[in-house]
Amino acid sequence: MAIKVLKDLCRGCKMCIKACPFQAIDMDGKIAVINEKCTACGACISACPFKAIEKTVDEDVVDLSAYKHIWVYAEQRHGELMGVARELLGEGHRLSREISDDTQVCAVLVGNKIDHLAKECYEYGADKVYLLEDEKLENFTTDGYTKVIVDAINEYKPEIVIYGATHIGRDLAPRVAARLNTGLTADCTKLDVKVSSYIDYCNKNTTLDTSSLDANDPDTGLKQTRPAFGGNLMATIICPKTRPQMSTVRPGVMSKRERNPQATGELVKVDVKVADSDIRTKIINIVKEAKERVSLTDAEIICSGGRGLGAPEGFELIKKFADKVDGVVGSSRACVDNGWIDHSHQVGQTGTTVKPRIYFACGISGAIQHLAGMQSSDIIVAINKDPDAPIFSVADYGIVGDLYKVIPQIIEEWDNAEALFEASQK
Amino acid sequence: MRIIVCAKQVPDTSEVRIDPVKKTIIRDGVPSILNPDDANALEEALKIKDNNPDVTVSVVTMGPPQAKDMLIECLAMGADEGVLISDRAVGGSDTWATSNVLSATIAKMGPFDMIFAGRQAIDGDTAQVGPQIAEKLDLPQVTYVTEFEIAKNLKDIKVKRQLEDGYEEIEIQTPCMLTAIKELNSPRYMSIGGIVDACGADADIKVWNAKDIEVDLTTVGLEASPTNVYRSFTPAPKGKGMMIEADGEKEQAKVLLTNLKAKHVI
Repeated sequence: MAIKVLKDLCRGCKMCIKACPFQAIDMDGKIAVINEKCTACGACISACPFKAIEKTVDEDVVDLSAYKHIWVYAEQRHGELMGVARELLGEGHRLSREISDDTQVCAVLVGNKIDHLAKECYEYGADKVYLLEDEKLENFTTDGYTKVIVDAINEYKPEIVIYGATHIGRDLAPRVAARLNTGLTADCTKLDVKVSSYIDYCNKNTTLDTSSLDANDPDTGLKQTRPAFGGNLMATIICPKTRPQMSTVRPGVMSKRERNPQATGELVKVDVKVADSDIRTKIINIVKEAKERVSLTDAEIICSGGRGLGAPEGFELIKKFADKVDGVVGSSRACVDNGWIDHSHQVGQTGTTVKPRIYFACGISGAIQHLAGMQSSDIIVAINKDPDAPIFSVADYGIVGDLYKVIPQIIEEWDNAEALFEASQK
Repeated sequence: MRIIVCAKQVPDTSEVRIDPVKKTIIRDGVPSILNPDDANALEEALKIKDNNPDVTVSVVTMGPPQAKDMLIECLAMGADEGVLISDRAVGGSDTWATSNVLSATIAKMGPFDMIFAGRQAIDGDTAQVGPQIAEKLDLPQVTYVTEFEIAKNLKDIKVKRQLEDGYEEIEIQTPCMLTAIKELNSPRYMSIGGIVDACGADADIKVWNAKDIEVDLTTVGLEASPTNVYRSFTPAPKGKGMMIEADGEKEQAKVLLTNLKAKHVI
C-alpha cells in the first residue's frame, strides 16, 4: 500500500501538506511529493481538493482461509481472571457473531491449576476454552508464555487473537507477533469486522468521510482503531496479508457481557511443551504494593485534579470530594510529573483510560493527552479559572471559577441533589 | 562491556494542538525531542558506565536525516557512539518491520552485552519495538523496568518490573533486552564538554543506509509491514456543553447538581 500523487492533477495548493500529520509531503516546484516519513495514513487524500492523491493497494491475495475463530488471551494472575479478560470475551463474542454463525470465541487460559477459571470464561461469553497448564507457567514469564501460546496458535490457527493491554499483555503480545511474523496493533479502543459496523461507528463518532466505504463489502478483516500521535489522530489499522490478526486492547474500553451462570462450553486441554531451559528469567518475588488501590478503570465517578490545584495539598480537597461522591481520585500528568501524586492516579494517554459515569476535571486545562484518556466519560464536569481552557470544549457542564470555592459547595449540596431537582420541576 | 541503547526522535506530543476549525494537527513549532522513556534507558546505561570505565554505550536509532541531532544530544549526555539508519527503503515501517531494521543494525554493530530501550515512544505508544527486537535477536527481556542492579561480574542483573498493582523482582543474565520507564531514574543533562565533543569532528556518529546493515529488503518498509493504515481521522468533538453561569459558587453548585440529577447520573 502506498500513497501516490497524480502529477497531472496536482495544482500545488499545499492543502495536503497542512493535513499531513507526519510532515511526509514536500513540494517539488509546484507538485507535492511524498517523502519517506509517509505511513500511508491517507489523511492527505480527503484534504486534496483536486482528487490528485490516491492510495494504491497491492492485489496479491494470500490464502488466509485456514485461520478461523477468535481467541481471547484470558489473562489471570494468582488464579483470578483479570477484568479486561471479561471485557474481551464480551467483545470477542460480539465480533465472532458478526464474522459468521460458525465462528467461535475461545478463551486461552495459561497458568498452573487454573481449570476453575474455565467456567467463568463461559459465563462471560466464551464458546470454548483452551487450557494451557504447567507448573512452569505458574507465573507469567515472557519466554514461557510466548512459547506455549505460539505453539497453540500454530496448531489451532485462530483468525484473530486479542490481548488486554496490561503490563503483561504488552510484554507478551509483541513477542508472540514477532515470532509468528504477523501484525499487532497496540492499545486499540475500538474493534470492528463488518464494514457496515465500522461505517456506523465512524458516522456517529468521527469526522471521517465514509462515502468511500461500501456497507455491503463482504470483508470481515479486523479493523483496529487506536489513538495515534498523542491522541491527536485516530488510526484504523488492518492486517491484510498475515494471520492471525492480533491486537492489544485497553482495559476499560470494551463492555463485558452480563454473566450467564448457566453457560457452558467446550474445554480443550492443550498439551504444552515447556522446559526449564526455555525460561531465561527468574521471578524472585511478586509484590502487591500496600499503597492505596486505585481502580480508575472501574470507577463510576472520578474526581481529577490538575495543575490548577496550585500545590500538592490540593489533593486533600480532591480526596474529600471523591470520598463524598463515592468516587476515585484521578490526576493529570502535570501533577504526577510534579510529584504531587502517584502515577497510578494518572488519567490520560500515558496513564489510565477511563470512562466513568461522571468525570470531574478540577483545575485541569485539558492537554490533548489528558482528553484522550477521559473524553469518552458519560458526563464531564469541568471546573477551571480559565474560561479558554480546552477542557471546556469537551465538558458537558463547565464552571468558570475558583475550584477551592466551588468544590466545597458541591460537597455541601451533594446530598440535597434530589430535593434541588424536585424543586426545579415545580 | 558494551551496552546498546535504542532511541527515537519524536515530536513532543504534549505541544501538539488541533486546529479547531480545520481539524488538522498544528505542528508548527512543535519541537523534536529524545523520546522520554529512551532518555531513561540511556541514563541507566550511562550509570553503569560511570561505575565501570570499561563500559561503552552505543545509541542506535532509525529515522530521517535530522534524527542525527538526537544522537548528538545522546553523545553530549555521555554516550560513546551513535548510529542512525536513514533510508527511504525503511520508511513507513510498522513495528515488525522496524524491529527487523534495528535488529539487523545491532547485529551489524558487532558484539554487545545488553540492550536498553525505552518502553514506548510518545508518538506511537505501542511498546512493541523493544520486545520485537529481543525476539529477532533471541534475547530474554524484561519490560517496564523501574529498578536495576548489576553484579560486579557485569553479568547477573536484578530488576524490578512494574505491574499495575505492584511489582515483580526478576533475575536475568546478559545478554538481554530491558525496557525502561520514567520511574527508573532521572536522565542527566548534557554537559558543556559533552556538547563540544559531540558537535566536534571526532564525534562517533555513523549514518547508515539499508545496504550498510545488509537487511533483507523484503522485510522492511511500508510494503513489507504486516499492518497497514486503513483509515485515519481526527476524533469528533462532543456537542457543545453548558456553561453554568449563576450568582456565586453555591448557586453554581446547585445548578450543576440539579442538572446531574435530571440526567440520572447521580
